[in-house]
Amino acid sequence: MSLRQFSQKLVLVAAGLLLALPMYAGEVPSPVVPKAKAKANEEFGCVEPVTEMRKNHMKFILHQRDDTMYKGIRTSKYALAECINCHVSPEQNGTYASYDEEEHFCNACHTYAAVNIDCFGCHRDTPEEASLGQASTDKSDPYHKDFAFNKNSSVPKKNVDALSSGGAE
Amino acid sequence: MEKENSLLDQARRAFFGKVAAAAAVTVAPGMVLYQVAQAKPAAEKVTDKVRWGMLINTTKCADGCDACVTACETEYGWGPESEPLSAPNQRAQWIRKVKLTDKATGYAQTLPLMCQHCEIPPCVDVCPTGASMKRVDGIVLVDKHICIGCRYCMMACPYKARSFVHENLTDQNVNAPRGKGTVESCTMCVQRVDNDGIPACVEACNAENHNAMFFGDLNDPQSEISIELAKNGGEQIRGDLGLNTGVRYQGI
Repeated sequence: MSLRQFSQKLVLVAAGLLLALPMYAGEVPSPVVPKAKAKANEEFGCVEPVTEMRKNHMKFILHQRDDTMYKGIRTSKYALAECINCHVSPEQNGTYASYDEEEHFCNACHTYAAVNIDCFGCHRDTPEEASLGQASTDKSDPYHKDFAFNKNSSVPKKNVDALSSGGAE
Repeated sequence: MEKENSLLDQARRAFFGKVAAAAAVTVAPGMVLYQVAQAKPAAEKVTDKVRWGMLINTTKCADGCDACVTACETEYGWGPESEPLSAPNQRAQWIRKVKLTDKATGYAQTLPLMCQHCEIPPCVDVCPTGASMKRVDGIVLVDKHICIGCRYCMMACPYKARSFVHENLTDQNVNAPRGKGTVESCTMCVQRVDNDGIPACVEACNAENHNAMFFGDLNDPQSEISIELAKNGGEQIRGDLGLNTGVRYQGI
């Protein structure tokens, strides 16, 4: 078999594989990611476009972490506490899933991608109703307007449900 | 008569003037100066223009009162409930009450002891990873993200101010990320200070009407704490070590 024939066959096999792919598309398991409670920003949904957040959320959080730790910058835009406030929503019985459960927003993907994170060895993995709003008092922050700085309980359950079934991610 | 009246008026005016001036002095350190000295937008970096410190008057610190300790426990969630399996002397302790008794005379005094927020902190010197660090405004902290839990800083601290978390923790307070395998200590309520607040222990002491603790900017000669230090002085515990502590004591 000449090289030319071989490469022709290779192309055929590759084409065959490509054609066969859609058959399996429906069977690829994908993580069930809980919806966020609100849109942090009308334009993007989250604080950055959702695709950007999926790819680079860890970079934003890491940067914010060092800014807060060393420089005392306490903006809420990339604050982990605000991620949790918005993305970890109550279950039917009103309780919150903790990080070791699959229903937890972070864990849903991290289990799927087999990525271990240790944020929640120290950080709280659920919204804290009582002391929310102590994280920052900068009301000029354009993000998380409906959420930041308010007690979590101030968002009525029915609003949460409505948003959860809506398009907010 | 008319002259007398006008003299009386003058005297009254002078009196009220003094009262008003006194009010301005007493109100100003608590409110006016406070805002000028501390207001910081959330997006702004802390600066080395301020150095946060505390002054503790042990003569006002009441024996048997542990309001400061309880306030700290509540704010940060340390204590027996958070580490039920650990021995009492193993558990994290950010602030404690210490009682000193003179054996000869029986004279006893109590004081709260916590991280002294040294200008030259031995814990920062010895830390192998850089986790133990001092912010430019003088607050000494542990960056638990890079703390490996070696506890060298605990050995180095002359005040026994740091502790190590031995147990898995859940449901931490949002403002107090803390977990197994890291060292921690008093943070001078850094998240409150960054939001123009005062530490929880000072707040609790004032709420008990003991007013034994002052918090403020040591670099600002007009701050309440600096005025008090200039007037009545304040000693460092183990001043011989030359660490220039940010926490000073009166009456020891």
